[in-house]
Amino acid sequence: MKFKIFTTLAAILLSATSALADKVVVSNWDGYMPKDMAEKFKAATGLDLEVAVHATNEEIMGKVTASGGEGFDVLFVSSPFAEALHNLGLTATIDPTKIPNLKNLYPEATQLKHDTGNTFSVPYAWGTTGICYRSDLMAKAPESWNDLLNPADDAKGKTTMLATDRWLMSAAFLAGGMSVNTTDQAMLDKARDALAAAKKNLLAYDDTTFYSKLVSGEAVMTHAWDGWCNYGIAENDKIKYVVPKEGSDLWVDTMVITKAAKNPEGAAKFIDFVMSADNGKWVVENIMYKTPNKAGMDAIDKAMLDKYPNMAITPADLLKYEQLRDLGDGMKAFSKTVSEVMAAK
Amino acid sequence: MIENVQVNARTSTRLLMLPGLLWLTALMIIPCALIFVLAFFERGIYGGVDWDAFTLENFARAADPLYASIIWDSARVAFIATVFALLIGYPAAYAIATAPERWQTALLFLAILPFWTNYLIRTYAWMVLLNPAGLINGTLKGAGIITQPLPLLYNEFAVILGLVYNYTPFVILAVYSSLQRLDPSYAEASRDLGASAATTFWRITLPLTAAGVAAGAVFVFVLSIGNFITPNLLGGKKFQMAGNLIYDQFLTARDWPFGATLSAILIALMMALLFAQAVIAGRARGDHAASH
Repeated sequence: MKFKIFTTLAAILLSATSALADKVVVSNWDGYMPKDMAEKFKAATGLDLEVAVHATNEEIMGKVTASGGEGFDVLFVSSPFAEALHNLGLTATIDPTKIPNLKNLYPEATQLKHDTGNTFSVPYAWGTTGICYRSDLMAKAPESWNDLLNPADDAKGKTTMLATDRWLMSAAFLAGGMSVNTTDQAMLDKARDALAAAKKNLLAYDDTTFYSKLVSGEAVMTHAWDGWCNYGIAENDKIKYVVPKEGSDLWVDTMVITKAAKNPEGAAKFIDFVMSADNGKWVVENIMYKTPNKAGMDAIDKAMLDKYPNMAITPADLLKYEQLRDLGDGMKAFSKTVSEVMAAK
Repeated sequence: MIENVQVNARTSTRLLMLPGLLWLTALMIIPCALIFVLAFFERGIYGGVDWDAFTLENFARAADPLYASIIWDSARVAFIATVFALLIGYPAAYAIATAPERWQTALLFLAILPFWTNYLIRTYAWMVLLNPAGLINGTLKGAGIITQPLPLLYNEFAVILGLVYNYTPFVILAVYSSLQRLDPSYAEASRDLGASAATTFWRITLPLTAAGVAAGAVFVFVLSIGNFITPNLLGGKKFQMAGNLIYDQFLTARDWPFGATLSAILIALMMALLFAQAVIAGRARGDHAASH
């Protein structure tokens, strides 16, 4: 009798673990993939998908570094964070034979500096950071980062900048012809002075609602990620986006498989599913970011290329821009400079 | 027999304290201890914590005038917010405490009613009211009173306004409860002996409600100095409080040890304040007892 109970228990346990193995746990930004992804993925592969949500890269980094990646199979993170996770030994090696849809990537998307050859990360979306502005409320269209830092009279007090440290600093780095990854103290000081001066003409720092400030006319010029500017363009066609003449950073959001993944096979299947043409098309049409998924870009309505100027930027042009990289030990000096800017009066 | 009852009473007191103690240990003492320990280590090169490197470096970094000036600045703003919250909250509490009994519950209920709405939503509501194209500026412009929108949002004024708005109810509650405990016969005696209403207030009512004032003031100050949502949204991030600085260390710079160091310093400041408040409260109670 006892033995019977034991075997029953063992059977239950076994079925429980096998149920676990049929599940893929993913953490992504809210709204960054289709809402019905779990149903579609289940229908296509028979695997259950459990989706956790993180608000920022830093939040998921905190969770993953605290647990060694335990509890997640696939993470969506921006490339500097993928790089840090890789350096911490928390990412698994990507096996291209298990992800046939990698063929959908542009050849340029395999040449990204943070991970040439996509050995630990698969790019999901990419794009530029630039200036999003109201063409009807500015006498002269901005064309340089200096136009954002030293706005013309009609934009004084009606300008916003991104507050997220790396992009905030990049605006000054690019304006001064510096690398977006510098941690050289003299360069940091130079950027700090430029940003502290720019702060005087700023309406606010804004990472999340700047495009609605443009729509309402509260702001006329904003520092923006290209896709977010598109949310404004969709509401008002007088809103325009420009990559300043000094260039942009190239940001890349990626997927990584954790080394601690309970279900690495399922994780690869999930990434393969995401890399389908249909899902790539979804990214462009819903998040309004560009995707390195060529099959997806080819599938979109061509009218989007005219309406949203970032869509027409070629992968070759994107690769001319410098990617943000993890700053490693330089982060302390960098973050102190950011605090100085934020505390400047 | 009597001894038995006493032992039982003691045991039951201990048992009754248990949930509270567990709660305090799990959610207060352990996290504070973690913060304190973390403060003595270093950020790993790629974030996280390097547990091999015991160091005092974080405290040396925190001594940089930059951080002192941020903490000083937020203390200044928190202080201004506290003064306004007291100026608004005390008369309100006084009015409620002297209102007819049947109205008091309803009035107190109205004072805390805003807490039923999420803090973020209330803050966004202020943004709708204050922004350059918002309700207040729109109305003033429409009425021809102003031609250029008033700078009501994304500055220190807006931050202070938000803090005062959010935390005044705490002052009202704290002062109300000490006014409740105030024996009205003292004030009557003062007036019978010929003191004016103002003298009675300054010499009798205010000193006897000092404990409530101190409790309310510490509430507002402590909550304000650590607040990061109001400076972010109403201050447009242009103004940085100690709360923002710590938030950024944890969530942007991924420098948990340094964030922990700054938190530990802030906690020490708060403890000093709470201690001062306890002394004031104790003195007020002592005076009260002595005058009996």
